[in-house]
Parts: sequence; structure tokens; C-alpha cells
Amino acid sequence: MMATMATIATVVVGLTLIYVLYRTIKGRPVERRIVFVYIAFSVILPLMMQISPPLPITGDVLKVYDNIKVLQPGSKVLCAFDYDPPSAPELQPMAVAFMKYAFKHDLKVIIMGLWPQGPQQAQMAVEEAMLDPEVAAKNLQEGIDWVNLGFQSGNEFVIQSMGSEFKRMFPKDDRLVPYDSIPLMKNVVNFSNIDYVMNFSSGKPGTVEWVQIGVDRFGVKMSAGNTAVQAPMVYPYLRAGQLLGILGGMSGAAEFEKVLDEEGDASTFLLAQMFAHATVIAFIIIGNIAFFIGGRRKKITTPQVK
Amino acid sequence: MRREIPILITSVAGLVFAVSYFIPHFPFGESESIFGDWVTIVQAFAIWLGALNLIKVSWEKISRKKADWPFALLIVISLVATLLIGFIDGYRGLNAEPQYSFRDPGTSFDWLFRHVYTALTSTMFSMLAFFVGSASYRAFRARNLQATLLLIAGFFVMGGRVPLLDQMIAPIWDYPFFSHLADWIMTFPNTAGQRAIMIGIALGVMSSSLRIILGIERSHVGGGTR
Repeated sequence: MMATMATIATVVVGLTLIYVLYRTIKGRPVERRIVFVYIAFSVILPLMMQISPPLPITGDVLKVYDNIKVLQPGSKVLCAFDYDPPSAPELQPMAVAFMKYAFKHDLKVIIMGLWPQGPQQAQMAVEEAMLDPEVAAKNLQEGIDWVNLGFQSGNEFVIQSMGSEFKRMFPKDDRLVPYDSIPLMKNVVNFSNIDYVMNFSSGKPGTVEWVQIGVDRFGVKMSAGNTAVQAPMVYPYLRAGQLLGILGGMSGAAEFEKVLDEEGDASTFLLAQMFAHATVIAFIIIGNIAFFIGGRRKKITTPQVK
Repeated sequence: MRREIPILITSVAGLVFAVSYFIPHFPFGESESIFGDWVTIVQAFAIWLGALNLIKVSWEKISRKKADWPFALLIVISLVATLLIGFIDGYRGLNAEPQYSFRDPGTSFDWLFRHVYTALTSTMFSMLAFFVGSASYRAFRARNLQATLLLIAGFFVMGGRVPLLDQMIAPIWDYPFFSHLADWIMTFPNTAGQRAIMIGIALGVMSSSLRIILGIERSHVGGGTR
């Protein structure tokens, strides 16, 4: 019922855009707050629909999958959570999907963060992954199957110091357990004992620093999950082979969920993003049609809301 | 001396980091580790410095009743409350058996993070969507060749990164053309542009670093260019 109503509302909202076009051409552009209402509807309505748009898997996401599927059970994977809640809608679904995959395939996960909020985002991802029946059945133990080393300040210097010894930067884990008392960290001295690094990043310090220090200097194998804003900046590293794969933005997250067969939030959020993009494209087209029909006589400005 | 010592520290640290990249052996390797630890410690202090500065600036605003001073008061109250809650949780955790961190699930600090901080920061960030929507209507115009190229690239990337345009052409052509086109734009033109920017930035950083290491540029210690 809700889904049907949302679909009808979407069609109605779409049709009203024609009226907006008419008004704009006539030189009576709509107010800014009307545009805000359109954006709000375009984000909220799709969240009520139960549609999963068909999504092709791009090569960048397949590369991430190809690299993690060859990891043997017991492989040690370092997960760096370098983001905070505003970026969570894009990055958290990737992290949850990755955690579910890692736990189901008996990979040993070592979590850390160069952002203060990162380890708490990781904790939430682990909690959500644990809700999966297959993961829950494994009865995984913190300290044995996964560990959260927490946050350390120092940006790229943390990565650099970890190159010689992890313990220097993380003498205790996030639950204050001494490094030497964590069973999972036994025999883990530095990056040479890590099989794979997965970085979830939304800015600095993040993927760029991990590539420059972790990959270039210490030779770690790494893929990254980035926000749509950051992804264009890390593409050069992918082409150069320094990054093994990229999950870019919401579409990257949704594709990753699909390729891992772990459908989650990203698939729903992608629909909202799709509608929001459609609305923004519609407004760009309306604005430009009015601009050209008006013969560039005058600049279109909306009345300011006082 | 107030300037000479910081300049000397900057020069020595800069040289050590530069040389140790090529000669990671004694004494450069060890010195790099020491300076690396210093950076970590100094950055931890910088967080405190930032917090204290925030209190100072806000307090001035409150005491002089400047415009929007109630917001400044709210900032100070929030900062102090968050600190206190973190300290109390941390103290309890240290004295518990087994010990736990102030960030652990179930602590008041964790509750604040999940139910207050997350909601507030996400709300601030999501405002961007509204401003982008408004700008798309009022400002994104094909006024000249550069703007037109940007608009066309933006159109295909926005429509291709989500299955929007592919779904529109699906009834006549069941092939993810726009997805591949967006991928191509990101992989080739975007990468080329990004590389050019990165190389430019790297050259700029190198020249600035050299000027700072050699003591020519002194603006970071309150002086000008020599």
C-alpha cells in the first residue's frame, strides 16, 4: 500500500515539474524553498518503495571482489575506518557487507581508525554483521576472530609507525586489552603479517595516505571504499595499480552488496539517490531551457525567501 | 630564539624525513621513528589546543553578548558535557573488571555518539542535497564552452553512476551504456585531470617544503619570507 502510494506521489511530483518549466520560461521562476520540497520528496518517497533497480557490476567493484575472494580462511585483514557519521550512508553499507563476507569466510579482521569516530562506526558495522544468522551461528569471539584497535592520532605517521611495529601505535585495543594479550595479534608485528588492507575513507587522512605510505612504502595489498566525492581523487591510484579496486559512493556500495549477495541498505539508498539525481538533472534542464528560450536576456534568479 | 629554535626543529625534522625515505638505515631510520612519535604526540595536544581555543572564542562572544551568543553558550555547554560524560565513563571503565573503554557499547558516551552526534552531523551534511538542488536550478548554466562541457560530463556521470539513464533506454536497448560511459569518464578524462592536479600540487608542496626546510619561508613561525 505504502509502496503504491509512493509510486503515485512520484508520478504526480514528476508532472508538476512541467509546471515549474512553464513558470520558469515565462520568467516567473519558483522560489528556492519549492526546490527544497522537490529534493525532500525525491529522497523520501523512494525509501518507501520496495524496488531494487537492476544494477550492472562495474569493473572497479569486481576487482575488489576478485581480490578478497582469493583470501584463504584465517587470512588477516586490516580494516581502516577513516570516516564519520555524515559519510556513513555511503560507507557503512560497504563496511557491513565486507564484515559479513569476512566473518562468513573465516577471515580474521583487525580494525583501526585514523578518524576518532572511525572505530565506533566499525563497532556498529560489526554489530550489524553479527545479526546475520550465518555469522551469528559461528559464535565469533572478539580478540580471536576480530579486534578493534581503536583510534590513534597522527594521520599518515600512524601508518608509517605501523610499518615497523603495530604495537607502538596501539599498545592497547579499544577495550583496553594490552596488545600482547590479544590472541589475534599474536605474531602480528607489522604490515608484513597482514594479507590484505580494506580502507573505508571519506577524506584526509584516508585512502590517499594509505596508498602513499602503506602501499608505496610497505607494499600492502589494498582496496578502498570511498564516498562519491572522494572517489574521483583516488582513481589515478587505481589506474596505476596501487589500489586493487575501488567501491565508489552509493552505487559502489550497492554493487558490492550485489556481488557479495549481501543485500543491505545501499540497494535501498541507491533508489533514493537515483531519484535525487533525476530531480537535479530535471532542474538543470529546466534552468537551461529557460536560459536559452529567454535568449540570455536576463539571468534567472529565484526570489529570495526573507 | 623564539623563531630560531622552531625553524631549526622544522629544518632537522624535514631533512630527516626526506633523507630517511631514501636511506632507511641508522641514524635516519631511528630518527624518523622518533620524529614520527613526536608528530603523534603533538597532534594529540593540538586536539586539546583546538578545544581550548573554541572555549576562549565562544566565551568572549558570550561575555560581550555579541550576535548569536546563545549559540556560543550552547557550544560551550555541549563541549563540557561531552567531555564530562567521556571522563566519567572512562573513569568507571578503568576501575571496572574487566576494564572497558568510554567508547564501548552501552556507555553514555556511546549513546551520545549514536543518538545525538550521528543525527546532528548527518543532518548538517544532508543539507548539501538541498543546496545542490537549488544551485542546479539557478546557477548551472551552459554559458560558455567550458561550462557546457562540465554540464554534459556532469549529466552523464550523474545519470550513469545510478541506473537512471540505463533504465530510461532499457525498453529500446537493454545494455548498460550510460553506466559504462560514466565509468569511462571517471577512468580516463577524470584520471588524466586528477593526475595533472596531483603532479601540480606535489611540485608546489616540494618547493614550499624546501623553502621551509632551508629557512627561507618563515611565515609559519610568525615571520615573513627572508
